[in-house]
Amino acid sequence: MTADAIIIGSGPGGSTAAEVLTRAGWSVVILEKGRNHLLDPNDLTKPAYDYSNDEIKFLSRHFLGPDPLIEPRAFRLSAEDGEHTHVGEVNSIPTTVGGGGVHADGKVPRFREEDFRLLSDYGPQENAHVNDWPVTYDELEPYYAEAERAIGVAGRAGANPFAAWRSGPYPMPPGAPMYGAVLSSAAAERRGLHPYEAPTAANSVPYDGRPGCNNCGYCAFFGCPIHAKGDPIALLTKAFATGRAELMAETCVSRIRTEGRRATGVDYIGPDGVERSMDAKVVIVAGGAIETPRLLLLSGMEHPALGRHLMVHFQTIVVGHFPDLRLHPHKGRSVTHVQDDAMVQDDASRAAAAEGGLPWIRGGLVEHAGGGHLTMEARHVPWGRHHARSMRDSNIGDRMWVFVMQGEDLPYATNTVDLSPSIRDVRGLPVARITYKPGHHELVASKHHGKILQGVLEEMGADWTLHTSSPGVSYHGVGETPIPESRHVIGTVRMGDDPATSVVDRWGRMHELDNVVIADSSVFVTSAGYGPTLTLVALASRAAHHLAGTTPD
Amino acid sequence: MPVWFSDADYATLRAACSQLMPSDQGAPGAEEAEVANYIDLLLGAFSFDPPRIWAGGPSSGRMGGDARFTSFHTLTQMDELAWRMRIEGSQGKPEREFNGPVVGLQEIYADGLAALGDDFAQVDGAEQRRRLRDNEEFRLLLYGHCCEGMYGAPEYGGNKDGVGWAYLGRDGDVQPRGYSDAEVSGP
Repeated sequence: MTADAIIIGSGPGGSTAAEVLTRAGWSVVILEKGRNHLLDPNDLTKPAYDYSNDEIKFLSRHFLGPDPLIEPRAFRLSAEDGEHTHVGEVNSIPTTVGGGGVHADGKVPRFREEDFRLLSDYGPQENAHVNDWPVTYDELEPYYAEAERAIGVAGRAGANPFAAWRSGPYPMPPGAPMYGAVLSSAAAERRGLHPYEAPTAANSVPYDGRPGCNNCGYCAFFGCPIHAKGDPIALLTKAFATGRAELMAETCVSRIRTEGRRATGVDYIGPDGVERSMDAKVVIVAGGAIETPRLLLLSGMEHPALGRHLMVHFQTIVVGHFPDLRLHPHKGRSVTHVQDDAMVQDDASRAAAAEGGLPWIRGGLVEHAGGGHLTMEARHVPWGRHHARSMRDSNIGDRMWVFVMQGEDLPYATNTVDLSPSIRDVRGLPVARITYKPGHHELVASKHHGKILQGVLEEMGADWTLHTSSPGVSYHGVGETPIPESRHVIGTVRMGDDPATSVVDRWGRMHELDNVVIADSSVFVTSAGYGPTLTLVALASRAAHHLAGTTPD
Repeated sequence: MPVWFSDADYATLRAACSQLMPSDQGAPGAEEAEVANYIDLLLGAFSFDPPRIWAGGPSSGRMGGDARFTSFHTLTQMDELAWRMRIEGSQGKPEREFNGPVVGLQEIYADGLAALGDDFAQVDGAEQRRRLRDNEEFRLLLYGHCCEGMYGAPEYGGNKDGVGWAYLGRDGDVQPRGYSDAEVSGP
């Protein structure tokens, strides 16, 4: 029997579509390339307990996938580089049941009103395709609210003076603030900034049958061992509880088959390596902003905007050293405080833009964070006689505090995802090739806000500070580490009302295919300076409600 | 008795690890943590069933809960292919060479240890350090594995009895205990 919808990808976008559609009475089958370590294989309405506080498994051994040996990507800065300069791991979001929701540390801010109307409010930028979204914040607000209740978000309404309006409070109060963030927030306030408790999809109290977070410290890049992180397990277990959802893990869709204006089915390769086909009524694609355009291109689809405008959030990383403190960032959530100030225009940012020859600059959300895990810290400590004592002094792990600004990337037609001409994955399919270079806007914004953030760390008492970025740049050209660390991948299948310049319509439906909907961050028109998860969940929810003819609770 | 290395290579490996992470004035080094054993179990992961690639979850038993880390995950066909490529190399097998030949860790270690010299374990420390400095690419790989073997979970064969964590005053994995709100927010 043909399911009402085939959903490709089980991350936050696909999970949301599955939950909304099954609630509306649809049957769905979810095809996921990766393994299932999220849900009990014998009862998909219950969690599995495969995640752990294990650095080797999660940081060194690709437990959440993709393994770059069998599912690599290719990378280059620009077409001038030739075919590629690197093959391996590039912006890898987990390939596993639950997708990026599994390894995310759960910060789920909403966008603000102006993020949806950048062209109208701010105006154009040379070389960038800045546009308004065909959706407004007001239209999306009920879906944001539903998403926050569904995945369980802890936060404090009113804590962020720049926040968009909201129809109700957060479902949970914020969790325990990290010691370092208490100090850095006070310093930021003394410098006139506005830090607030990060809206976080980790339970501060028991919620919806899942426990409260016990502060183990293994959030970002780890799955939650106790399932206090709600995204996307809350959505998937609800979908499976309806009895109308089926999961096919370790199953890679290789092609969407089309006939005229309709998708008729998908070809897929299962765990046995055999290719099979499945008929489709509706196809929902939620592979993320790299794998989604790859699949559309593998399916032979063509559009001038397909695969273009890749955005990743140009990260500004500002570090301060505190010789007399022990900041213990390994205790508690990965990030408990953030601030929006770098996205708000003021005289200083206007002057920095003018000096850079730009009409305006926008930074991004600033995260208050600490150092890394021990096996990572050790890699930065010299080998030899002083190794052990250097580790015990822990100048990198315990005595550093860090601001990471998730800088808004502008949409450039030259930053793209396409198919590698030569590199294949283990199934024989061409892999995604990423062509990405930050633009002048990103560098100017990074430099300006980086200096401000260095000042905050000095205010906090740092004996030295430094300011770097990912990808690394020298501010004269791109440096030696051009591959961005950001896991926020955005753009590539942009949304719009005009079929000539956008791939999908305001409901996420492809302009040229009536029954194919894109339900992930690839549809974003601009990248804002916030993590994309809650917004892509809200958009996926809106698209699914539209398909089913339902409205949010 | 190493599962992968010859006794002679294992002696070289132990000596090299000890130079990268020496025992020093009460600080445990690679020798106390059995870092070489970690590397031996990685290269010999397929001597076990299931292969010792991914430890189980959600707890190790060190902070309560069940001792689940010792139950290693079974690998799917595709994971096994990936890890055999990484450890054994492609060995001319077409199913491992879809993007060309892959040199495995076993070969990299065999060559790297050979380059340090058959007499490496016998020469003095200054000479050992000189040879390590001269073999930078291999030393970087080895050092990365030493970091995992010194500070990773003991179930992978290194960080014996948590000596790497204990010296730093760290707990390692903490489920299901976690930390209290006061421990998170206070100095």
